[in-house]
Amino acid sequence: MIALELALKLAANKNRIAGVDFMQHDPRALSRRRLLASVAAVPILAASADGRTISGELPWSPFAGEPPRPVNPLGWYFFTPGEAATVEAIVDRFIPGDHLSPGGKDSGCAVFIDRQLAGSFGQSSRLYTKGPFMPGLPTQGYQGDLTPAGRYRLGLWALNDYTNTTYKKDFRALGIDQQDAVLGGLDGGKIKLKLKPGFSTKEFFELMLQNTMEGFFADPLYGGNKNMASWKMIGFPGARYDYRDHIDKHNQPYPKGPVSIYGQV
Amino acid sequence: MLPRKDAVIIGLGWTGAILAQQLTEAGLNVVAIERGPYRDTSTDFNVAYMQDELRYAVRKDLFLQPNVEAMTMRNTAAQTAMPMRDYGSFLPGHGVGGAGVHWNGHTWRFWDSDFSIRTHLTQRYGAKKIAGLQLQDWGVTWNEIEHSFDQFEYLAGISGKAGNLKGQVQAGGNPFESARSREYPNPPMKMSYAPTLFAQTMSGIGYHPFPTPSANLSQSYVNPLGIRMGQCTYCGFCERFACGNYSKASPQTTILPVLMKKPNFEARTECEVLKINLTPDGKHARSVTYLDANGVEYEQPGDIVAICAYGLMNVRMMLLSKIGQQYDPVTGAGTVGRNYCYQTSSAARMFFEGKHFNPFIGAGTLGQSMDDFNGDAFDHSKLDFVGGAGINCVVSNGRPIGNRPTLPGSPRWGAKWKQATVDGYQNSMGFSAQGSSYPVRENYLDLDPSYTDRHGRPLLRVTFDFPENDIAMSHYLSDQMEKMTKPFNAKVATVSRIKKGWDAVPYQSTHNTGGAVMGSDPKNSAVNKYLQSWDVPNVFVVGASAFAHNAGLNPTGTVGALAYWAAEAITTQYIKNPGALVHA
Repeated sequence: MIALELALKLAANKNRIAGVDFMQHDPRALSRRRLLASVAAVPILAASADGRTISGELPWSPFAGEPPRPVNPLGWYFFTPGEAATVEAIVDRFIPGDHLSPGGKDSGCAVFIDRQLAGSFGQSSRLYTKGPFMPGLPTQGYQGDLTPAGRYRLGLWALNDYTNTTYKKDFRALGIDQQDAVLGGLDGGKIKLKLKPGFSTKEFFELMLQNTMEGFFADPLYGGNKNMASWKMIGFPGARYDYRDHIDKHNQPYPKGPVSIYGQV
Repeated sequence: MLPRKDAVIIGLGWTGAILAQQLTEAGLNVVAIERGPYRDTSTDFNVAYMQDELRYAVRKDLFLQPNVEAMTMRNTAAQTAMPMRDYGSFLPGHGVGGAGVHWNGHTWRFWDSDFSIRTHLTQRYGAKKIAGLQLQDWGVTWNEIEHSFDQFEYLAGISGKAGNLKGQVQAGGNPFESARSREYPNPPMKMSYAPTLFAQTMSGIGYHPFPTPSANLSQSYVNPLGIRMGQCTYCGFCERFACGNYSKASPQTTILPVLMKKPNFEARTECEVLKINLTPDGKHARSVTYLDANGVEYEQPGDIVAICAYGLMNVRMMLLSKIGQQYDPVTGAGTVGRNYCYQTSSAARMFFEGKHFNPFIGAGTLGQSMDDFNGDAFDHSKLDFVGGAGINCVVSNGRPIGNRPTLPGSPRWGAKWKQATVDGYQNSMGFSAQGSSYPVRENYLDLDPSYTDRHGRPLLRVTFDFPENDIAMSHYLSDQMEKMTKPFNAKVATVSRIKKGWDAVPYQSTHNTGGAVMGSDPKNSAVNKYLQSWDVPNVFVVGASAFAHNAGLNPTGTVGALAYWAAEAITTQYIKNPGALVHA
């Protein structure tokens, strides 16, 4: 019985993930837009061809937009508890808490990365993923067959494998100076993790750094940048969308604080 | 087999919409077949959530997805091309409006010396100067096509200041532009701090800055089709985003409200054209074959077929349909895939103390430019290259995932990174040199032998590297930019220098040109001066694919002009007397 409840809960979580997953849909799948179009009063829908035939009218249907859905910050959708703790430690070294802003963990960067990996970004669902997979030149970009989710799973295992070999501890149990030294080693090429061909240690480091910064600076609705801390830190006003009243005020501070897409001020 | 149409247009972006508008005005029955979805301002470019950097700029929600169509790339023919598994260096558009939805709005006219580049450079410097470059005249002259530029600028409500009205140089405009018949439809945008400082400083050392001609509207405007556009709010979410304010010219804001209501026009969206079907002799297009969203195949016959996709995809469609002969870089024979060009750019960045540049107050084309070192505006006789670059100080955005300049040498993470980020954000400004890209024998497009799309068709293969001529040009421009940074008295100034080895990963420019170039000789051009296929005269191929080279100018103004130019040829010449409009 408990198992069933858990399964239902997980299913509900999965649905929420799907809800966040507006970013990349298979264009051949029946989109919400087309589903709406098929029941709403859309001008002339010819019977001859599916897809959409539009003539004689500027098409419009209500509620056709795809607004983003804020993530639920509770729990982990992709990471295991151990992986989550490792990532929380990493994002706190990339973005340490200080007088300028809270750290990466308190800003929600690990939650952000978790939700991204659980969604279409993590699955490379919009990318070209057909083989053959062969080693490419640096100018040809990533040619591995692992999705971002797969790269994190392998990379986090390999990171702890390295720290256990070297320090007899998981990464998250190291002191912050040791953590910085390990991350610096990944960044600078001095440490090579046990990854796989087509996926280098440097690529793993860059992926984590990029995703951490995305989480820290993106709209808070994605789980990071809690309380718009990063925007307050640098003075980015967020989603304001109209600066006609300040365009002429050269070299003068902008007087208003940030707003988020969902109206947080 | 569906009922015949007078004209079938492949792709409903800028060029498809312009052709559809002009051809339906002439009374033709037109269908446009578009691979992506229908998109419009009120439903898809929502002002309530368009300010989403992660979704639109980083995850590229509005762009063509590589799982729909990717391309392979390599730097030289000796290498094996690999698929660009994600688009990086350039980002093609998708859906109705195409790249016209998410462009910045820089709207330039190529120069008279571009359209006759071979003649011009040979006369000025001798043929030896351009040996090794496949530079060629475009087949159309400035005087012939100027009115087409005017049509596009008035359609789009371009905000700018004329620099040359009918041969008279105008104060405040670009003195190097070719003569225009009238002023821009709207005055320049208001300027924020950085471009104002740039213009003052450059004027102070004798250069000629002017407001960058912009498709972000400086004021509300009603275009010649009666469509009203709004004033730009300098929101800083322009390129990679659609405009929620009706202030950026796009097919949605300038044409579709009129076009979509016409009874003789029909748009089929989420329908992908697979190929154009020719008659057995290969000299006439009968129909196009397309798949609808459910994978059902249809054949749409038409008297005229206009290929109006993104330039690179125009070339692929010709190759998949066997229209024209594949270019061979070894023998130089064949024309489809020839003269593929890109853009050769570098940038300057300066750091100050105690400034408030407010980079978030931006627009795609909010800026000042100067052409003192563009094209052939300066004497090349003592230089070892031809071509040049526009210098642009444009403040498009201060979006923080992608735009966080820090002092050179700053760490990329950790406590010191954070302080450097705070210091850099308000204290940095930059400008860049967008350089020309001239054709050479070894840069070209063809079909990849290994990788295929979701329908099993070969991907386009891009073989490209920066030619020596363009690298020399770009390094010269970097040298000039270093000098230009001096009078700013910045704390630190850096200038980038281009290297051999075009990299497909970091974003550079979605200005891919050529591959189906226009010209007067069917031996070195795929289409004639009216963008009509030499080989299949009822096929017109419209877009930057027709550029015989790329200038140091953004392409859309010239793309729009070519669309009007081709549409005029169809409506005034072709439909009266179908067949080849030029006999070579």
